[in-house]
Amino acid sequence: MSYDQFMDQAVSPWMLEDGPDHDIVLSSRVRLARNLADYKFPVIAPSEELNHVKQFIEKEYNQASFNESGPLQFISIQDLSTIEKMVLVEKHLISPLLTKKSDTAASLISQDEQISIMINEEDHLRIQLYYPGFQLQDALNKAFEVDDWLEDKVNYAFDEKRGYLTSCPTNVGTGMRASVMMHLPALVITKQLNRMIPAINHLGVVVRGIYGEGSEALGNLFQISNQITLGKSEKNIIEDLQGVVRQLIEHERHARDKLLKELGTGLEDRIFRSLGVLKYSRIMDTKEMATRLSHVRLGVDLELIDLSRHILTELTVLTQPGFLQYHAQKTLTPRERDVLRASVIRKKLIEA
Amino acid sequence: MKCQQCQKRPATVHYTHVINGKKTNIHVCEVCAKDSGYMTYPEEGFSLHDLLTGLFHLDTPKVDYQGHPFQQIEELRCPSCAMTFAEFKRIGKFGCIDCYHTFSNRLDPIFSRVHSGNTRHLGKIPKRKGGHLHLKKQLADYREQLATLIENEAFEKAAIVRDNIKELEQKIRSKEAGDNDEL
Repeated sequence: MSYDQFMDQAVSPWMLEDGPDHDIVLSSRVRLARNLADYKFPVIAPSEELNHVKQFIEKEYNQASFNESGPLQFISIQDLSTIEKMVLVEKHLISPLLTKKSDTAASLISQDEQISIMINEEDHLRIQLYYPGFQLQDALNKAFEVDDWLEDKVNYAFDEKRGYLTSCPTNVGTGMRASVMMHLPALVITKQLNRMIPAINHLGVVVRGIYGEGSEALGNLFQISNQITLGKSEKNIIEDLQGVVRQLIEHERHARDKLLKELGTGLEDRIFRSLGVLKYSRIMDTKEMATRLSHVRLGVDLELIDLSRHILTELTVLTQPGFLQYHAQKTLTPRERDVLRASVIRKKLIEA
Repeated sequence: MKCQQCQKRPATVHYTHVINGKKTNIHVCEVCAKDSGYMTYPEEGFSLHDLLTGLFHLDTPKVDYQGHPFQQIEELRCPSCAMTFAEFKRIGKFGCIDCYHTFSNRLDPIFSRVHSGNTRHLGKIPKRKGGHLHLKKQLADYREQLATLIENEAFEKAAIVRDNIKELEQKIRSKEAGDNDEL
């Protein structure tokens, strides 16, 4: 069993490439929910039934290769320590829900971490595909290929009228949730985003902060995804979502230009202060870090700071509580984490 | 307005308590609301899923489309997994694929509310689920094309599409007959 590589590297191999519009769209994801026709859904199925599913998937797909993504590693969730589970969640390779279903849950992750398949989460199978930048169409095409490949050996729960049958009515039909992660600092600073959200929702598209609670989005990062899964083809859902994302990109670019013109040195000051804080502070909590990293990323995008975006992405993951503790190889108190986080950031930024 | 309990954070949870007809208004912040049990949060905060699940708790019609009251509707029970309709509404999850058939009559309003008025799948079809579903989807596509062509008065092209439709219908008929033989 070798899943050490998933723990050791903060940045997934697929993230190392720059995708289209990568200054604003950090990543694209397509997720397909699938169930096996002959088993009850995980919410109600007895453990023996779910273990059947798990064992079958392990037998058929562990170390199987899907195209250029490299062999898939089967990971039984119960074999992971609490901290290892946290790391995989922080890398978005598995969901928090999966870690709670310890005895029957598993995951298949491709070597390049582009494909991750969760087993016995809310549905029997959840196929996830990640792409860097704004590449929803490619993510969909590849998700379909993986879906067909898996289907060679399993019998999917499908109904002519309702489509792919899922445990939750919010996923029925295509079983597809497509999303992009966007960095929208200028729309937040100019308070435009909150005004745009109701109109976006009207188009069946949901905007949510990635970290943080309620309307407060940490680090100006947002997940934009489709709401409905029934009654529209996957292609149409993606096209509608792309339309909204394109608009957001345009508005964000425009807002950035305007900010730079109107605030000038004021904006530069804000950006460089954040860089200074990241480089020299000794205690750093996740909330402040997210804000500061967002400013610095904006500085890189505006060509004020010469720094690789990958370092910023890497820092975002490296400094999450699970990752910090994995590398310290022990459980840390929140204060110890804040101190270690500050030191990790300092080191990375000074090396750069 | 400040939170009644901690007097520090702004009150964002407004809550009316009625006990034996006596009304009490409570204005607290989210932290105090959670601590005092006025509000329960799932551990990871509100997910999109929770938000959408909330949608089916709206009242569903008390009579069916022919005007007959749904009497023992809450007693509907899936024969395969024993999930009742009431249970399904409470947890917002189906237990197995047979739940879809068992609760079939009551699902349209729920799907319609969650999926902006849609109740029928349009999209990918599993390879394995018999070729004729793919053919049916293609048939629907052809019919749509035909309508557009007629509208644009492109009758020559329309005739070709019409022939394709005929051929496809024939194929589906023989395929369905074949499927029945296998059973």
